[in-house]
Amino acid sequence: MTILYPDAAKVGSQIGRSVPRLEGRDKVTGRAEYTHTMRIPGMLYAKLFRSTVPHGRIKSIETDAAKQLPGVLHVVTIDDVLKVLPDPYYGPAFHDQPVLAHEKVRFVGEPVAAVLATDPHVAEQAVQLITAEYEELPAIYDEVEALTSNVYVHDELKPARAFADLKHLRGARNTNTALSYQLRRGDFDKAYEAAEHRFEHEFKTQKVLHLSFEPFACICDYKDTHVTFYDSSQGPSFVRVEMARLLGWPENKVRIKVPYLGSGYGSKLYIKLEALALALSMIARKPVKVACTFEEMFYQVTRHPSTFRIKSGVDKNGKIVARKCEIFWNGGAYADIGPRVTQKAGLTASGPYDIDNVWVDSYALYTNVTPAGALRGFGVPQLTWAYESHMDMMARALTLDPIDFRRRNLIREGRLHATGQIVDDAPLERVMDEVLERMRWSAPFDKGSGTVRRGRGIAIAIKAVTSPTTSVAIVNISADGSVTLYCGSVDMGQGSDTAMAQMVGEVLDVPAEAVRVIPRDTDATPYDMGTLGSRSLFHMGHAVRRAAAEAKEKLKALAREVGEPEGSNIAIAALFQKRYGMQAGNVIGTGIFKPDYVSPDPNTGQSPNVTPFWLIAGAGAEVEVDIETGHVKITKMVNVVDCGKAINPKAVQTQISGAALMHVGFTMFEKMHLDGGQVTNASLADYKIPGFHDVPEVMENIYLDHEQANGPFGAKGVGEVSTFCPSPAIANAIDDAVGVRLTEMPLNAETVFRAIRAKMGKPLEDE
Amino acid sequence: MVAARSIAFTLNGAPVTADIKPHHNLVELLQAQFGLTGARESCGQGLCGCCTVIVNGKAVSACLYLALFVDGAEVVTVESLDALRKLSPVQEAFIEASAFQCGYCTPGFIMMVTQLLDEHPDPTDQQIMHYLAGNLCRCATYPEIMDAVRLAAKKRRQPVVS
Repeated sequence: MTILYPDAAKVGSQIGRSVPRLEGRDKVTGRAEYTHTMRIPGMLYAKLFRSTVPHGRIKSIETDAAKQLPGVLHVVTIDDVLKVLPDPYYGPAFHDQPVLAHEKVRFVGEPVAAVLATDPHVAEQAVQLITAEYEELPAIYDEVEALTSNVYVHDELKPARAFADLKHLRGARNTNTALSYQLRRGDFDKAYEAAEHRFEHEFKTQKVLHLSFEPFACICDYKDTHVTFYDSSQGPSFVRVEMARLLGWPENKVRIKVPYLGSGYGSKLYIKLEALALALSMIARKPVKVACTFEEMFYQVTRHPSTFRIKSGVDKNGKIVARKCEIFWNGGAYADIGPRVTQKAGLTASGPYDIDNVWVDSYALYTNVTPAGALRGFGVPQLTWAYESHMDMMARALTLDPIDFRRRNLIREGRLHATGQIVDDAPLERVMDEVLERMRWSAPFDKGSGTVRRGRGIAIAIKAVTSPTTSVAIVNISADGSVTLYCGSVDMGQGSDTAMAQMVGEVLDVPAEAVRVIPRDTDATPYDMGTLGSRSLFHMGHAVRRAAAEAKEKLKALAREVGEPEGSNIAIAALFQKRYGMQAGNVIGTGIFKPDYVSPDPNTGQSPNVTPFWLIAGAGAEVEVDIETGHVKITKMVNVVDCGKAINPKAVQTQISGAALMHVGFTMFEKMHLDGGQVTNASLADYKIPGFHDVPEVMENIYLDHEQANGPFGAKGVGEVSTFCPSPAIANAIDDAVGVRLTEMPLNAETVFRAIRAKMGKPLEDE
Repeated sequence: MVAARSIAFTLNGAPVTADIKPHHNLVELLQAQFGLTGARESCGQGLCGCCTVIVNGKAVSACLYLALFVDGAEVVTVESLDALRKLSPVQEAFIEASAFQCGYCTPGFIMMVTQLLDEHPDPTDQQIMHYLAGNLCRCATYPEIMDAVRLAAKKRRQPVVS
């Protein structure tokens, strides 16, 4: 007899269990399959010819030499694409991005032509034989200038239907603004004028990118009757809908299969290579693989650079009475999800504070650089960088203790947030206190001496999870009693498959290890909005819980049907045997979840229900600064979050740690250098990311013991939350150590040394 | 394009031959001709360690190692470690310590850690960091990898009889 649950008796509750990842064996043996390393029979390889100018009208593309290279099957430009896809523009917010450059190019690196060959080296060689002539146009790079510039990246804006708040932009001309979000609460101007103290600061964040180690990859196998994609995607349901739209087909003819992801961090959302792979496969009538090299990732999507102008009015008691936030998001040449980053980040731009008079203006702006999208935080790390640095700067100017200053202003549960929603399940003060305790804040602190000075800082943050979004799940119990889960959440390393299996196991009283989670395949796994914004555990968690509960009810009904007494503990297999006379049949439960939501008022941003839950984070950093070199060493880092109940404590800790360390890189050294729109450090040799030696000497990653009242099993998301605070905590620590305030990242030795010299009245010359 | 050339080498203990071109690297050879995808090309510059394999007893970046150079050599990949369907102590330790997230870099780390422990059965933290300085993990699972290496060293010193 098959043993289904060998360890069931030993296991007990599945919630709060550090179940080792279900896919662990596949990953440590190197046998896990990723799109980038996949091959399918008859497949052609595509290589791309890219724009060398940031903004220009295409005069000609010379492809003859490439076509004549032996082994080249097709050289494709937009003219060929238009024959198979008459309206080849895509995007989640705007249908602004062409499959290949169409009439104009809008950033250096934009795909202009594609070569198809059976040998990727032949395709690559042929790309070198293509030339293009452009009539160069003036380009715009800076997000603040983009707001008022008369250089326009797009002649006319083309919002997608999905976003009601973008409708008014249809056909708009002479603008680079892809969305302007505003929030108004109280009367900022009046309160600011009346305030005892007024502060105004500006902060910037640099262009950084995800750099998932599995670069972007997509294989499309187009047939006249249906189409299959093998896709490194965080959002297969969106890809399916968008490809169906491009084709004018029903969804059911479009299949998206997602092998393991060599992660994504937000980069593999929406449409990346899929539309191009589709067009190429339609033209070649063969499967086509488009896979980026590492360098090409610098021309796909990045995080938004930003400028944040923040003003606060503070009364004589140290209470913030007014705050104005103007945020300019550098969205690059195509909107991608930038308008959503702009709006959703705008919700909490004023920070985790209780302020009666708030004014937020948040602008999504087109520029002539690589498009920007979501990166682990949907803009919140950029906001926190500004408002938590601003807090310390104000406290210093007011000679207030930065902790007391925060404590006086933190928003308490039960109070109205600036958006008009009551704050609940947001234990900000507990998070801050835990940071302080772990930092031993009240113990004497050695500030260093001589050339090495020491300092420490903290930061605290809030984020509203993206809403409203939908998840659907199916739980299938087979006739032998084995359990299968179908859900569209993409496990890209965060451990969602394991956590979802734990929730199914909890409801059905089986070990998580016995639940099979079906790999993402839109022919089998139902709709999910996307694996993004820390939404999956909450939204899909509810759907999965409901699906499992429905299956359980159906099992009970089956037991009644076959005459089992109430409370019978008949084995599931025996139940099916009794009902169907053999090992046959299924019990299927489904679950759907979409949270309640009220759209914010377009003028005031006010809504009683703008988010189903708040993400809360705090961080503390201790640093040593060498005043002779500017080198900063992080000697201790503490990350504390509220993620509700930890379904899998080990996975939660790994998320907190990994996300924070990734942001140590964004804070300390990562930066895409641009010169005339050209990326000058598009390789791992020139763009450094954190390695073993960049891990702080002491690192503590903590989640509060707290249950989210409306969460599945008390849980909520954790993928992004520890990204919010490292940057300002480190900057605040550097200020504490050497008295210099940095308002732009990265905080590398040169930046710090320049600031130290400037403070000494001996500034270094500019480069 | 230039003509192919035949090479013969030992792959995970078995004698094999392959027809390759001079510009093929070892990753492409392993993936395209032997279906071994555990070594993966990511940065393409020998800096991330995702493509680490062992050639003649030494860990190399297979993305920078021309396929021609393995003619007559002994090549060992991650796929050899569980040849008998039993995980190696290093692989077990990576699972137990939760030392990976997306898993893309994991085989490279596992090969490098295997080499480390072959040469230093009881490594210091400094030795671990030194050996792993050339392996990067974008998910930044470094603290857990450190735990996994220590656990693997312990497992190898005290083999459990099952």
